[in-house]
Amino acid sequence: MAGHKELDAVTGVETTGHVWDGDLKELNKPLPKWWLYVLYVTIVWSIGYWVAYPAWPLVDGYTRGMLGYSQRSEVTRDVAAAKDSQARFVQAIATSPPAEIEKNADLMEFVLRGGATQFANNCAPCHGRGAQGFKGYPNLNDDDWLWGGTIDGIEKTIQHGVRSGHAEAHVGDMPRFGIDQVLTSAQIVDVASFVLSLSGAQGDAAAIERGKAVFGEQCVACHGAEGKGMVEMGAPNLTDGIWLYGGSKSEVEETIRGGRSGVMPAWEGKLDPATIKMLAIYVHALGGGK
Amino acid sequence: MKLSHAFFEKNSLVLLIGILIVVSVGGLVEIAPLFFLGSTIEKVQGMRPYAPLELAGRNIYIREGCYNCHSQMIRSLRDEVERYGHYSLAAESMYDHPFQWGSKRTGPDLARVGGKYSDAWHVDHMKAPREVVPGSVMPGYPFLAARKIDAGNIAADMSALKLAGVPYTDDMIANASADFAGQVSPDSKAGKAVLERYPKAQVRKFDGNPEGPVTEMDALIAYLQMLGTLVDFTTFDAAGPNLR
Repeated sequence: MAGHKELDAVTGVETTGHVWDGDLKELNKPLPKWWLYVLYVTIVWSIGYWVAYPAWPLVDGYTRGMLGYSQRSEVTRDVAAAKDSQARFVQAIATSPPAEIEKNADLMEFVLRGGATQFANNCAPCHGRGAQGFKGYPNLNDDDWLWGGTIDGIEKTIQHGVRSGHAEAHVGDMPRFGIDQVLTSAQIVDVASFVLSLSGAQGDAAAIERGKAVFGEQCVACHGAEGKGMVEMGAPNLTDGIWLYGGSKSEVEETIRGGRSGVMPAWEGKLDPATIKMLAIYVHALGGGK
Repeated sequence: MKLSHAFFEKNSLVLLIGILIVVSVGGLVEIAPLFFLGSTIEKVQGMRPYAPLELAGRNIYIREGCYNCHSQMIRSLRDEVERYGHYSLAAESMYDHPFQWGSKRTGPDLARVGGKYSDAWHVDHMKAPREVVPGSVMPGYPFLAARKIDAGNIAADMSALKLAGVPYTDDMIANASADFAGQVSPDSKAGKAVLERYPKAQVRKFDGNPEGPVTEMDALIAYLQMLGTLVDFTTFDAAGPNLR
């Protein structure tokens, strides 16, 4: 068997010496040399790899390797390197008042591009890729602002959110006049007619007149005597033809009946202050900023 | 008898035993240490088992096959970390059976989706995804809002998870039904009890229908809104003693 060489009579090739069924033998065809050497090189390579990189598990740890590699330190380094390269912009954004940032063309370019990226990631799902909004999620391109359209106002809204549970969040609900039986169904229809007439819609004059009286009792506290809204309460302007929850008669009636209390998350803690400021300036610059 | 090549080849049982020994060496070296290494699952502050309603939501997540398109693991790469937040830790899925890490991302990673969007957005998006995200290819799940759900066998589910190593206490299992209902009743005694048993749980009606019954939409959104919110990263040190 082992150690004994036997040549196959027909081919002249060495056999392995194993015999099956009495006389069946196997030719010994060695692996090609190039293949074998590649295998040896990879084995040597793996030893180098064990020494250089984390490799072997031990009883309460693992061999860490001489290069000190870890995915965590690598990602930390990558993020830090990116932050470093942006540091002069980010610091300037964090420390300068918005008016100064807007005057600095270099900085503004950074703010608008960075703001667009952050907006796409964090804001677009609700407000839309073009900040055009959807029913229930305000359009940020126009000059109608529920909670204030100055850069400071927008920054505060992003920081604390709206009815988000954050201690400083904007609060103030549109009451549920119908569900809570403050108004009757007929009164709701009347007041909806009046509210729509504020932005020029035609309607039954008598209903509008009745609605005006109800409006005077129930709605002026937040929406103001002229229906122009109040930023402190997040109460929308009812005279500008912009409707967050739809401006058809039935939609306005539903708003009065069931109330509205949209939620915007607070971003403080999720995004750093410079990013929030950047977003505020970006949103302000979309066209409707005050 | 000599343990030669020929001996193994001619005795299949011996060959089988030989193979088993060789393979188990590989297993022992590669797998066994993971059960004992402190760094396999780092110690973090804040992880807790899922509250019953969240667990029901997680079951719906699995039932609907959300994992087919959404992963729940933020890789330790810069682009991931900057988009989704801190990279995921092993500890964050230690109570998941089965885990939802995944590598298929037709939709975004959801490991830290909790708190990113409002409940109302989740409801709108679940009912008709393209109404709020025009380019989305996600199917709609409007039926979730119409399907009532009760605690059902959630206590049994918790007991089973306990067998798998999730630290549900007897108190948690005994109160499963109460906590299930409590999580959608803010300002109630049951709601407060949920918070005591499951810190950082969010107690409110999630589906935008405060008077309505508990729906599958409530459960699923309760689950989505807590994803990635438990670990306190202010006390987490990636290279610190919690890795040793």
